[in-house]
This record gives sequence, structure tokens and C-alpha cells, in this order.
Amino acid sequence: MSVDLEPVINSLKNKFSQSILDIKEYRGETTLLVSKEQISRICAYLKNDLNFTFLADLTAVDYLEVKSPRYEVVYHIHRFGPECEENTRIRLKTELSEEDIEIDSVTPVWSGADWLEREVYDMFGIEFIGHPDLRRILMPEDFEPFPLRKDFDVRNREASKRSFEKALEEGGD
Amino acid sequence: MERVEFISEDSSVIHEDGTRTETMMLNMGPQHPATHGVLRIVLHLDGEMVVKAVPHIGYLHRGIEKLCEHITYQQCLPYTDRMDYIASICNNIGYILAVEKLLGIEKEIPERAKTTEVILFELGRIESHLVGIGTNALDLGAMSAFLYCFKERERIYDILETICGARLTTSYPRVGGLPLDLPENFEGMVRNFLKIFPTTLSEVDNLLTRNKIWIERTKGVAVISAEDAIDLGLTGPALRGSGVPYDVRKATPYLGYENYDFEVPVANEGDAYSRYLCRMEEMRQSLSIIEQAINNLPDGPYIADLPDIVLPEKELTYTKMESLIRHFVIVYEGFKPPVGEVQHAVENPKGELSYYLISDGSGKPYRMRVRGPSFVNMQALSKMVEGSLVADVIAAIGSLDIVLGEIDR
Repeated sequence: MSVDLEPVINSLKNKFSQSILDIKEYRGETTLLVSKEQISRICAYLKNDLNFTFLADLTAVDYLEVKSPRYEVVYHIHRFGPECEENTRIRLKTELSEEDIEIDSVTPVWSGADWLEREVYDMFGIEFIGHPDLRRILMPEDFEPFPLRKDFDVRNREASKRSFEKALEEGGD
Repeated sequence: MERVEFISEDSSVIHEDGTRTETMMLNMGPQHPATHGVLRIVLHLDGEMVVKAVPHIGYLHRGIEKLCEHITYQQCLPYTDRMDYIASICNNIGYILAVEKLLGIEKEIPERAKTTEVILFELGRIESHLVGIGTNALDLGAMSAFLYCFKERERIYDILETICGARLTTSYPRVGGLPLDLPENFEGMVRNFLKIFPTTLSEVDNLLTRNKIWIERTKGVAVISAEDAIDLGLTGPALRGSGVPYDVRKATPYLGYENYDFEVPVANEGDAYSRYLCRMEEMRQSLSIIEQAINNLPDGPYIADLPDIVLPEKELTYTKMESLIRHFVIVYEGFKPPVGEVQHAVENPKGELSYYLISDGSGKPYRMRVRGPSFVNMQALSKMVEGSLVADVIAAIGSLDIVLGEIDR
């Protein structure tokens, strides 16, 4: 990371002083913890004003019994430099509590977030408000539990069995 | 992309002369030879024109991210083979680099290991592009290019087999370097490949690049603009084919890629032909990288001297008590990276592959997230094919060069 992230962080701090909750630096990577109400506005600002045009990744983490709030949604956002070598990447995080697992979708900012958000919904059950087509993507559509949650019981085959039997009954798809 | 599963009642259109037409739904896949695996695309057709294309994925989902939460860092390595199995060595190296970054031991890795990994990574890229171009051409009816490509791919498999015993699922490097020193004939095999491969490459080039049928089937087909490509998060040849010169090897170099002299090929049209041209040129650049690397392959240690992370030599495990204990601890508990999180991206043949690892201080990853290039690139398909012919869907899938093992994980 050859370009310093400091101007970016300062500019974000000026614009969203209340919403930047924490800044961390680890192994050369910068992580900002931001409040979830502002996430789509921060992303839009990063994209339109600071030129972070590329959403590299979007995922979530479940911290069951490790910390509260329980979920984190993680965004990796990338800025292409004028030269190939001058590229910058920033990590945004938002926290979601167990009771209120809804967050604004960033699909209006990057249409590439579509499938990534669907995968997070599929695996964690996090609802993205404003997503055009929020449904399961990797698991069967009538599968009930959310597999990447830490309290998902990997040995319990009931959910897969039910969805398989239903498919057999329907005879197709 | 809306949810459209069946022909809806209102799909019928009544034309001025009173005739009524409706769109037809066609399932392409999940069992279809040209979808490169178990991909199902629900096509809505108006005659031969695609009105809407909705990809359905997940048929090959094995829950690799969940599995990896229950095993040690070393044990995750074989799972990474099973994602992009066309270039499994690249996935392996990407994962190893992410763990090394999490441990903070990048500086300890010996040069010999790094240079070897560069050679293998580029061999993996050539291997993947050969399959990508070969199958794309095969889908469009050019059988002979496929055979030329697969003949050379065998040679790469032979090299991989010599160093690690496996051809497809390599699971080769280890955290800290290489598990064994390179075999004596490795250098000779690579040099032999460097000598033979340009001939085959130019043969494929002669078969396709100026072939009228190939050009007509790919030029102006499955077009995606640079803005759309960035917006959709495309990477690899799919992005560079649209004129965006983003390559992780140049953007955030790893394995010492900054020391190699190579170009990032870019084409501007954004169609299937541009992506093909990018792949062809990338193979030439990879050859040049391999040549630079093999000429500078240093002698010396092949694995880092890190007793807490690297397994002791087998002979010492059998003869020395301390080594046996160390071996047990590393195998049973795993090495324990400090609490923290890293994301490491590598330029896989198909695009940016990144691993996002979170450590809670134990021997198992708290979370391992894989951002596979094919998964994100696949999103572009609907945009590429809507409004084109059914036959172009095949060209689009081939030119995106997806692999379902990585999409579904």
C-alpha cells in the first residue's frame, strides 16, 4: 500500500465525525468501525468523492458469545491508483446486534454487491434493506437455518433432509 | 435481477396485427456440457433472443468456509485445492500467503521458496488459461485448439507431479516455505517447457486469433463496458478485457513480483475476443516471468526456520524426543496466530482471489472467508447476454472462464 490512507480517514472524519467509531491498524491494513445507520452514505461518499470505485469483498462474521453486538458486516473497498502501483484498500466494519439484524444494502452504490449480500443473507440471515432480490444463493431455497452462524449444528441433518424430501415430493428443481 | 422462475401470465405480448407471443423459458444446465460444471441458467427467450438470463448456483456447495472453522490452519490447505481446481496450485499459494501474513512471518520465508512459488503460480496461470481458451473454443466448435491446449497442460501436470506427487489437487506449499526441496529434474523440466510451449502457443494463436469463424463468434459478443465491469466487481481478464489495467501482482505485489519485469495486457473492446487476447498475452508474460525466476532460482533453505510453525524434519521426529514433541504439538493443536485479522489478495488466473482470515488466538481460524473471482465475475453474465442470441450465451460463459468449484465453494 504505497499511498497513505491518512487524507482519506481525515476526510471521512470531517464528514461523518459521529459515525466513525474506531480506527485500527494491523499488518498494514486499516479497519474503520462505522455505525450501521450511515453505512450506505459512507460507501457512497467513498465511491463518489474519494474515488474508491471498487468493492473488493463484502462478508460478515458471527461473534456469538465472544462479543456483543453479535454480528459484523465487513466491506473491503479498493481504490485504483493513477498508476497500477498506487492502489489503496480500506476495510469498513459495522456491528449488528442479534435483535436487529438489518442493514442498508450497498447495491445502489455497487451493483456487484448483489450476490455478495445474497450470500451473507444466505449464510448469516442478515437482511439487507433495499436489496433488489434478497433470497438464498448457495443453499436450497427452502433451507431454514443459516449455516455460517456459530450456533449452527453441523451434525444435525434434519434441515437438509427436509429440503431434500420436499424436492423429491415436488419432483423437480 | 428479479425473481422470475416460470413463465408468468403477463409475459404474452399482443402485437398490432393481433398476434399474441409469449417468451419461452429454457433451462440451460445444471447438466450441460457448455456450462463448465453444474451451472443452471434460466433463460427467457423471445425466439432466439435472450430477454432475461437468471443464473442459479449452489449445486456444488460444500461449505468450505464452515469446514475450515473446525480444523487447524494446515488442515485447511487441501480444501483450497477443491475451489478453483483448474489452477489449484494458485489457490494453495494464495492461502499460504494469507496465513503467513496473519502470522507476520512474510520476511522469514526463504528466497528459494518464494521463487519456486512464483514459478508454480505462473504455471498455474498458463494451465488455467489453456483450459479457459481451449474449452471456450471447443464450445464454439473449434475442436483442434482444445487438443493443442490440453497437450501442453499435461506437461504442466507432469511438473507438478514431480514436485508434489499430485497432478490436480496439489496441496503443495506449506506455511513457511516448501515441504521438500525441489527434485533435481525440476529445473530441466521447467526449461524444457519454456522451450516447447511458445511453439504450441503460436499454433493456438494461428488457429484462433485470425480465424474468421472465431472472430465472428467472439467479436462484439458479451460486451461489458469498463464502468460496468468496475461496478460489478469484475477482476482478472474480464476486467482487463474492458480496458482497466488492474492486476494484483502490480497493485499490491506479493512473492516479490515487483522484482519481475512483465506487462499487464489490456484490451479495450470488453468483448469475448478481448478477453481471449488478454489471456493469450498473459500466457506470454507468464512465460517471461517463469524464465526470469528459473534463471534466478537461488540455492539455500527451502523452508523458514520457525520451530513453532514449521514441522521438524521427518528423520528428527523419529530420532529426537524434542522434535517428536514439537511435531505432536503442531499437528494436534496447530500453530496459533496472534488475535487479529488480515485480508490477502492474489491475482489468480481468473481474477482476484482473496482470503480474509480472523484469528482468535487458537489453532483454528475463527473465520475464513474466500472471495473467489468466478463468483463475482459470474454476476456479469446476465448483463452480457440480455438482448443477444442463445448461442452467444455459450460464448459468454466460456469467455468469463468460470469454475463452479469456486463459485459454490
